[in-house]
Amino acid sequence: MNETNRNTANDDYIVSMRNVNKWFGNFHVLKDINLNVKKGERIVICGPSGSGKSTVIRCINHLEEHQEGEIIVDGIEVGNDVKLIHQVRREVGMCFQHFNLFPHLTILDNLTLAPIWVRNMPKKEAEEIAMKYLERVRIPEQASKYPGQLSGGQQQRVAIARSLCMNPKVMLFDEPTSALDPEMISEVLDVMVELAEGGMTMICVTHEMGFAKRVADRVIFMDAGQIIEENEPQAFFNNPQSERTKLFLSQIIQH
Amino acid sequence: MLGGLALFFYFIVQNMLANMEARGITTGFAFLSEKAGFGILQSLIPYSEESTYGRTFIVGLLNTLLVSGLGILFASLLGFLIGVARLSKNWLVSRMAGVYIETFRNIPLLLQIFFWYFAVIRPLPSPRQSLSLGDWVFLNVRGLYLPMPELESSFGIMLAALAVAIVLVFFLRRWAIKRHYETGKTFPLLLTSIIILIGIPLLAYLLSGGSIAWDKPSLQGFNFQGGITVIPELLALLLALTIYTAAFIAETVRAGILAVSHGQTEAALALGLSHGQTLRMVIIPQAMRVIIPPLTSQYLNLVKNSSLATAIGYPDIVSVFMGTTLNQTGQAVEIIAMTMAVYLTISLLISAFMNWYNHKMALVER
Amino acid sequence: MSVTKQLLPDRPAPISQIGPIAWLRENLFSGPFNTLATILSLYFLYLVIPPVFDWVFFSANWQGETRDACTNSGACWVFIIQRFEQFMYGFYPENLHWRPNLAGLLLVLLVVPLFFKRVPHKGWIAAFILLIYPVIAYFLLHGGAAGLEEVNTGKWGGLMLTLILSIFGIVAALPIGILLALGRRSSMPIVRAVCTVYIELWRGAPLITVLFMSSVMLPLFLPEGVDIDKLARAMVGIAMFQSAYVAEAVRGGLQAIPKGQYEAAEAMGLTYWKSMRLVILPQALKLSIPGMVNTFIELFKDTSLVLIIGLFDLLAIIQQANADSSWLGFDTEGYIFAAVVYWIFCFGMSRYSLALEKKLDTGHRH
Repeated sequence: MNETNRNTANDDYIVSMRNVNKWFGNFHVLKDINLNVKKGERIVICGPSGSGKSTVIRCINHLEEHQEGEIIVDGIEVGNDVKLIHQVRREVGMCFQHFNLFPHLTILDNLTLAPIWVRNMPKKEAEEIAMKYLERVRIPEQASKYPGQLSGGQQQRVAIARSLCMNPKVMLFDEPTSALDPEMISEVLDVMVELAEGGMTMICVTHEMGFAKRVADRVIFMDAGQIIEENEPQAFFNNPQSERTKLFLSQIIQH
Repeated sequence: MLGGLALFFYFIVQNMLANMEARGITTGFAFLSEKAGFGILQSLIPYSEESTYGRTFIVGLLNTLLVSGLGILFASLLGFLIGVARLSKNWLVSRMAGVYIETFRNIPLLLQIFFWYFAVIRPLPSPRQSLSLGDWVFLNVRGLYLPMPELESSFGIMLAALAVAIVLVFFLRRWAIKRHYETGKTFPLLLTSIIILIGIPLLAYLLSGGSIAWDKPSLQGFNFQGGITVIPELLALLLALTIYTAAFIAETVRAGILAVSHGQTEAALALGLSHGQTLRMVIIPQAMRVIIPPLTSQYLNLVKNSSLATAIGYPDIVSVFMGTTLNQTGQAVEIIAMTMAVYLTISLLISAFMNWYNHKMALVER
Repeated sequence: MSVTKQLLPDRPAPISQIGPIAWLRENLFSGPFNTLATILSLYFLYLVIPPVFDWVFFSANWQGETRDACTNSGACWVFIIQRFEQFMYGFYPENLHWRPNLAGLLLVLLVVPLFFKRVPHKGWIAAFILLIYPVIAYFLLHGGAAGLEEVNTGKWGGLMLTLILSIFGIVAALPIGILLALGRRSSMPIVRAVCTVYIELWRGAPLITVLFMSSVMLPLFLPEGVDIDKLARAMVGIAMFQSAYVAEAVRGGLQAIPKGQYEAAEAMGLTYWKSMRLVILPQALKLSIPGMVNTFIELFKDTSLVLIIGLFDLLAIIQQANADSSWLGFDTEGYIFAAVVYWIFCFGMSRYSLALEKKLDTGHRH
C-alpha cells in the first residue's frame, strides 16, 4: 500500500527533508531546510536557542507540522495522512529533554506499553525484549520500580530503552542531557555512544560537543531557522567557515 | 486560658438549661417516639400523620440522600461533558462551555433554585392543560409525571438480561485483554460490547412475548395518577443543584486534564500509540489522580447545598426535622445535634474515602 | 561540507496558515466532527440569542411608573427601576441613605491604599479597618446617638445588607481563622486537636444549619431577659462558619512557605509569636490572599441564605418585591437583575483572584 508513496530516488536516504519551511503563526521558524540522512549515519545538530533545531527533528515524526516542503522517512512521506504518520512513528524513536516517562506505570510497563498495544506483541515476548534493553542501558534491577524513584540519569536511560523496544530504524534525541545534573550526563552519553557504535541511525540535538567529536559523522549548525554550516566533526570544530559558527563555538567552548 | 474557656462554657450551659426550663422545653430523646401529626410532601417509605418524630427524621434523611444522589449523578455527567468541551479544539464549543461555567458559578445557588421554582415551574399550566409528550410524559405546575415500566412484564426480564449482559461484557473484557497479553491478537472489544449490551436485552424482550406494560400517568379529575411523580420542589432543586455543581465539576475536570504535562502526550504519540490509546492509557489515569480529590469536595458541597431545600419546601432533613419537628417540639439542641451529625458523618465518610483514594493512587516517588 | 553564505530573509506565512481563513480552518472546521459541532452550535445560538436579546432590550419597557406602563412584550424593567432604591438599601429610610453611602465610601477610601505597593504603614491601616472602622460603620448605620436618627437593623436590607454581611463576615473571621490555622499546626496536641475539630465541624455543616443554630440557640445561651438582635445572631453564625474556611486558606499559605523561613526565624532567637508576627504571617497572609478572595466570593453568594431566617438581603428583597401584588408576574425580571448584580461582584472578584495568583506565583519562585 505504501509502494506508491515510496520515492525511489531517495531510497538510500532513510530521512530526507527537502525545502522544508515552517511557521509558528507568522513567525518563520524553519527556512528551506534540506537534510538527508543515510542509514547508519550519526548527525549532531547544534545551535543557539531559538534556532529551530528542536523543531526540525520534531517535524520528522510529525510532532510538529511543516507547511512547505517534503519530509520522507523510510520511504514514507510525512504529511497529513494519519495512517502514514502512525507508520512513521513506529519506525522512529524519540528521546526528550524531560524524559517523559509515564509516572503511573512501572519501568517495565513503560517499556512494554507500546510493543504490546502498537506492535501487538504478546506480553511475555515484550517483557523479554524490555529486560534485554534494560540490561543494555545497565539498569535491569529497576524494572519493577516507578519513574519517580529513579534519578534523572536513570530515567533518561530508561527513556532510551523504551524507544529501543519498538525496534526503530532512526533514533531522534532532543537535548537528552540538558536537564541532567552534571554527574549523570556521562552515563547517558555512554549509552548513546554504544548505540551509535552498534550502527543505529541517530539525529541528536545536543550541546555536548565531546559526544559530537566522538561519534558524529556530520555536525550541522543551525541559526535563525536555517542550516548555516554542515561538516565532519574534525573540520567543523577546528576549521569553522561561517562567522556565526565561529561565534557560537567560541561561546560554547568558554566553559 | 483553658480555665477561662471552661468557665465560659459553664456559663452558657447554665443559661441554656435555665431558659429551656422557663419555656417548658424538655430534654432527652424521648420525643422521637411521639406522634408527629403533620404530613410530608414526599416520602420514600410509608409515612402518615400517625408516624413518630423519629420517622420524620428517617423520611427527611432519605429525601436528602435521594436528591443528593441524583444530583451527584447528573452533575457529574454534565460536568465532565462541559469540562471536556471546554478543552475542545473547536473555538465555538470551547467558548460556549466557558460561558456556561462562568455564568453559573457566579450566581448564588439559592437564586438559581428560586428561578427554576418560581419563574419556570410556577407559571406552568394546570394539570388539565399539561405540556405533554404524547401520553407518556406530562409537565405541569403540580410536577413532572413520568411513565413507570412494570416489573412483572417483559421489562423485568429485560432488566435481568441487561444485568447478565453487563457481567458478560466484564468477563469478555478480561478475557480479551488476557488473550492480547498472551498472543498479541487484537479483538474488536468496543463493537462486541455494544452489540452484547443492546442485543441481549433485545433478545429477552422478543423471547418473552415482546410486551412491556407501562404504568402511564393519567388525568383523573384534577390530578394525575399512576406512573412516577416528580414533585416540583424536587424538580427545581435537582435542576439547580445539577447545573450549579456541574459548572464547578467542569472546572475541576479541565484543571485535571491540563495538569498532565503535554510531554506525556508527545512521548506516547512518538511511540506510535494512537490518540485513543494515549488518552486511555496515559492521560486519563494521570488526570483522574488530580481530579478525584477536588471532585469529592464538590460532591460534599452538593450534599450540603441540598439543605437549601428548606427555602422552597422540599422535605429534606433540614426542612422536615430541623424545621417542622423542631418548631413543634422545641427541642432545639437534640434536633440540631442530630441533623448536624448526619452531615458530619457524610462529610467524614467522603473525607475518609478521599484519603484512602489518595493513598492508594499516590505516584510512587523517592 | 556545505556552508550557507546568505541568511535567508523571513517570509510571511502562506495565507492558508495565518489570517482569518486559517483560523477558521483550525478552530472551527478542522474535521467532520468539528464542522458538525460548529454547525450545531451556531444553530443553537441562532435559536437562543435573538429572542433573548429581543426580550431583554428591544421589546423591553424602560419608562413608566406602574405596571401598566409595561405594554411591550419584552421585559418590564420599569419594575426594577421603580424599586431600585429598595433593592439597594432595603427598608432603610430614603432620606437617610447618605449614612450607608458615607460608611461605604469610608471603607473604600481605607481599603484602596492597601492595593498600592508604596503605601507605608499598611499594618496600621489594616488594624484600623479591622478594629475601629466597624464601630464607626455601626454608628453611622444604626444611629441612635449624636443626633443621628435610629434605624433598626430590621430595616437594613438589599445589596447594602449583603455587603454588610459579607464584609463583616470576613473581617470577623480573619483573626479567628488565623489563630485557628496556627493552632492546627501547633505542636501542642490539645490545641491542635481542638482547632482541627472546630475547623472540620464548621466545614462539614451546611450554612443553613449554622444560621438556624445561631438563630434558635443563641437566645438560649444568654441569661433571661437579654435579647439579641436578629442580624447580630446571623452575623455571629456567619463569622464562626467563615473562620473555618479562612483557617484553611491561611493554612495553605503557611504550608507554602519554605521550612527555611521558620528555621531562620528560630535561629535568630525570635519567640514563637514574634516570629509569627514579623516573619511568617506577613508572607503567609500574602500567599493566602487568593484563597481568601475565593472564600469571600463563596460567602458573598452564601449571604443569600439569610432569607431563610428572615433577613432581607438582596435576594430576599427581590423575592419580596416579586410577591408584591402591584407588580405580579415579573419574577424573571427580578431574578435576572439579582443574578446580574451577584455575577458582577463574583466574576470581578474571581478575575482579581486569578490575576493575584499569577502575580504571587511569579513573585515567589524559589
